[in-house]
Amino acid sequence: MKWGVIVFPGSNCDRDCAHVLSDTLEQDVSLIWHGDTSLDGVDAVVLPGGFSYGDYLRTGAIARLSPIMQAIKEFARTGGLVLGICNGFQILLEAGLLPGAMLPNIGLSFICEDVWVKVENADTPFTRHYESGHVLRIPIAHAEGNYHTDPVTLAALQANAQIVFRYCRADGIVTEQANPNGSLDNIAGIRNGAGNVLGLMPHPERCAESVLGNQDGQLLFRSMIDTVTSGQAKKQTIS
Amino acid sequence: MIRARIHVTLKSGILDPQGRTIRQSLETLGFSNVTDVRVGKFLEIELNQDDPAQAEEQLKAMCETLLANTVIEEYRYELELQPSRPLS
Repeated sequence: MKWGVIVFPGSNCDRDCAHVLSDTLEQDVSLIWHGDTSLDGVDAVVLPGGFSYGDYLRTGAIARLSPIMQAIKEFARTGGLVLGICNGFQILLEAGLLPGAMLPNIGLSFICEDVWVKVENADTPFTRHYESGHVLRIPIAHAEGNYHTDPVTLAALQANAQIVFRYCRADGIVTEQANPNGSLDNIAGIRNGAGNVLGLMPHPERCAESVLGNQDGQLLFRSMIDTVTSGQAKKQTIS
Repeated sequence: MIRARIHVTLKSGILDPQGRTIRQSLETLGFSNVTDVRVGKFLEIELNQDDPAQAEEQLKAMCETLLANTVIEEYRYELELQPSRPLS
């Protein structure tokens, strides 16, 4: 399976993603410069974390205008798997590939710590190796992860099981205290209506190998690999 | 030439933690009658354009597509005609 990891000016998790995919999961990975206009036949795309364009104006607001984004939109429209992590999630929101927007964390701090996240929907191309209700320990590192949307969109996200990850306690109970950034409904990650685009604030690539003492994030990448290699990537988007 | 001054702020229903913190600081300094503070962005844009109606149309498009994220922000602008060329 062939992966493309997009490199924006200011991306800083691109190499981490490429490392996990190539060295831990033995995948074929290309780093794709944001100024390119073609995805060159990849099977899945990762928009990595970082500070694209220095977070000028708003996080992700400038990166979504990068030349490669046209190709990513077309790739997503035709059912290709797109994963946005942290700043990648923010870019997907600004690009309109996912609904909603990010506000500064409610406590105004940049938060860099492990949190607990619950898998709310294990029936997606990104989470099929998890169980529904599975609790992951996973790092976050962001200043703007306070997800916001209007009440109608939130209701639709809830009704269509588009909320894939929520911040929770270690025992899986979702509480206000377990919400690190003020995110609406404790949202840590959502998917689009078709199901082939996922954005999440936590960093699965930072907990995907045993040497780091935590592999909770690895199953996300394995889920995507199995989805593509079993030929179900496109099928997921038809329903 | 037209100069536009654009203000982008969080929508009124959305909590502005920065504004809240500043309000509390003002209170600490003795400005106890400050009931609300909203923090936003201010942009000045110069347009090579003399028709205010067309300038306004362009500014609205700029705000909607890039300068503000209308999911969370609202915007307003003022236009000022700049004398940039000699009268013919």
